Amino acid sequence: MSSFSVTDTSSRTKRIAGTLVIVYALITMLPLVWIGATGFKSPADAISYPPKVVFSPTLEGYVNLFTTRTRQTQEYLQNNPPTNWADEIVRQYDMVIVGPSKFGERFLNSVIIGFGSTFLSIFLGTLAAYAFSRFKIPLADDLLFFILSTRMMPPIAVAIPIFLMYRNLGLSDTHLGMILLYTAVNISLAVWLLKGFIDEIPREYEEAALIDGYTRFQAFYKVVLPQAATGIASTAIFCLIFAWNEYAFAVLLTSATAQTAPPFIPTIIGIGGLDWPAVAAGATLFLLPVMIFTIMLRKHLLRGITFGAVRK
Amino acid sequence: MAEIIIKNIRKQFGDFVAVQESSFTVEDGEFFMLLGPSGCGKTTTLRMIAGLELPTSGEIFLDGEEISQRPPSARDIAFVFQMFALYPHLNVRKNISYPLVSQGMSKSKIKDKVSEVAGILGIEDILNRPVGGLSGGDRQRVALGRAIVREPKAFMMDEPLGALDAEFRERMAEELRALHDRMGATTVYVTHDQLEAMQMGDKIVVMNNAVVEQFGTPREIYDKPATMFVADFIGSPSMNFLDFEGKLAENDTQVELSGTVLNIPALREGAQGKLSYGVRPEHLQFSDKANFRGEVIASEYLGTTQIVTLDTACGMLKARIGSDQKATVGEKVGLNVNSQTVTVFDRSSGQALKSALNEGVVGNG
Repeated sequence: MSSFSVTDTSSRTKRIAGTLVIVYALITMLPLVWIGATGFKSPADAISYPPKVVFSPTLEGYVNLFTTRTRQTQEYLQNNPPTNWADEIVRQYDMVIVGPSKFGERFLNSVIIGFGSTFLSIFLGTLAAYAFSRFKIPLADDLLFFILSTRMMPPIAVAIPIFLMYRNLGLSDTHLGMILLYTAVNISLAVWLLKGFIDEIPREYEEAALIDGYTRFQAFYKVVLPQAATGIASTAIFCLIFAWNEYAFAVLLTSATAQTAPPFIPTIIGIGGLDWPAVAAGATLFLLPVMIFTIMLRKHLLRGITFGAVRK
Repeated sequence: MAEIIIKNIRKQFGDFVAVQESSFTVEDGEFFMLLGPSGCGKTTTLRMIAGLELPTSGEIFLDGEEISQRPPSARDIAFVFQMFALYPHLNVRKNISYPLVSQGMSKSKIKDKVSEVAGILGIEDILNRPVGGLSGGDRQRVALGRAIVREPKAFMMDEPLGALDAEFRERMAEELRALHDRMGATTVYVTHDQLEAMQMGDKIVVMNNAVVEQFGTPREIYDKPATMFVADFIGSPSMNFLDFEGKLAENDTQVELSGTVLNIPALREGAQGKLSYGVRPEHLQFSDKANFRGEVIASEYLGTTQIVTLDTACGMLKARIGSDQKATVGEKVGLNVNSQTVTVFDRSSGQALKSALNEGVVGNG
């Protein structure tokens, strides 16, 4: 009889598991690869059927994403030679670049609002979670339930009251307004997730810091925060993903000044027909910040920094 | 270094009384043990001295100053936690220097101090290691280093050996005691292990159910228990209790148990009702002539001694006798009691009756 072990798996099992993981990864990656590839296709290649897997890449999509263009007469085109490589690309359609598009601005809005609300959610969430975890708060359980209950309906259900409220407060179409709104939605998640992480940190660390001559607040940020880094990193990723992808409120509450990228990208379709490569280029660029943020924090997600320091 | 006076200290968590009005004095340079079963309030008492809990009422004096309501940072008392509580994100050197950093000490001075302490504890070679991978003993030493580096007025230790393997405990206990003797620092040490308390302590407070049962030297606590709890808790096997009912007057020197007359130290107070005759196993000797007789039920061989269980007319007894003596199961033997070591207890109050034996003992009465 062969011995069976939970940890030592046979090479056949390993091969099957590895294959499954790779197949799953390929399936989930496919749409992303498709979007990335479409961004480099010409409009004709993008809509050809059957779809082209091999194509000659072009930056047309990206040029169209970042510029506004206008059609010109042959005479004008001959008298004014192209000024740069981007201009040259659009000339094949008898067009010239007349200025930048709004994409850069909208993208920057997304960065400001997304990261701003993430920072604020984490800041407030960590303090609240610490208080709930460590201090005796009257009605703590009810308060925690109340905080969570704000998540029990879809946020968009309160869209109309918020729309009216924001109009009266002058928060419509402002960065501050959107940061506050996304923070309000995210904070319940942040408090609950972070409370779980902080509950796991033994109180002895803070008590040791108190004994070592530090104040409670010093003990909090010198001892508790480094231990909670893992939890803070993963909570921040969740908050950023929500704020970054949010579409409905952004459509409703922003327009000229504080519009974020999600409501902007579909409007590209309207400019001079269905410009799929430009939409795909916008979507690709839009994916990058969350990806980079997640990769940057990955080591915190994976590293268990408290291993073994307190014996249990 | 300092003297600590605890006066009528009390701690209540909601309706739960963790420590009832307790008083004792830790003298300058003493190695002082707080001993008791888990949940008896010993750790709460220790935490109140350190400032991690504030007493509900009562006073704590450190070097003559009342400190009971001060934050821990304003007390100049170091604390060694049971689980060590080394900061996991810092290496050994930074852990030890942490209390000095909070005092704003210069970097070069901190470096000197840490090296000095590392030398005392023999941990120079692990100073730059992260604390995560250290063995239990090394963690213990680092935790001690963090406590002694600041040269506090007093040390609080909460079962510091509790997390160590048995073989290592004895060595660390010796190291701890040696370190204490070398530094002469006032130390309050919490343990539930009576052997550890007897072995290391200059003085012991025995606590049970939030109450101080007895306060004295290890010898006093062992030889002159103030309550039945102390008599039972200290010593292995514990004291034999032979229950009886009767009436005793001051100056009595004998009691009668189920027809057997036994000697006791002269009583200093009278008592009646449910009483108990307490004698330690090693104070019983086999003697053919004695008229107090019992039947051998079992014998446990322990090397130099053996523990013999006997069935007598007054109840079951354990006797510790030399292993060279013969104890055959089923045999009837006579027992001699070293009567000057006997304590009589009042079972309804649990207190020892005052006698020639236990004069001057500090109990909870």
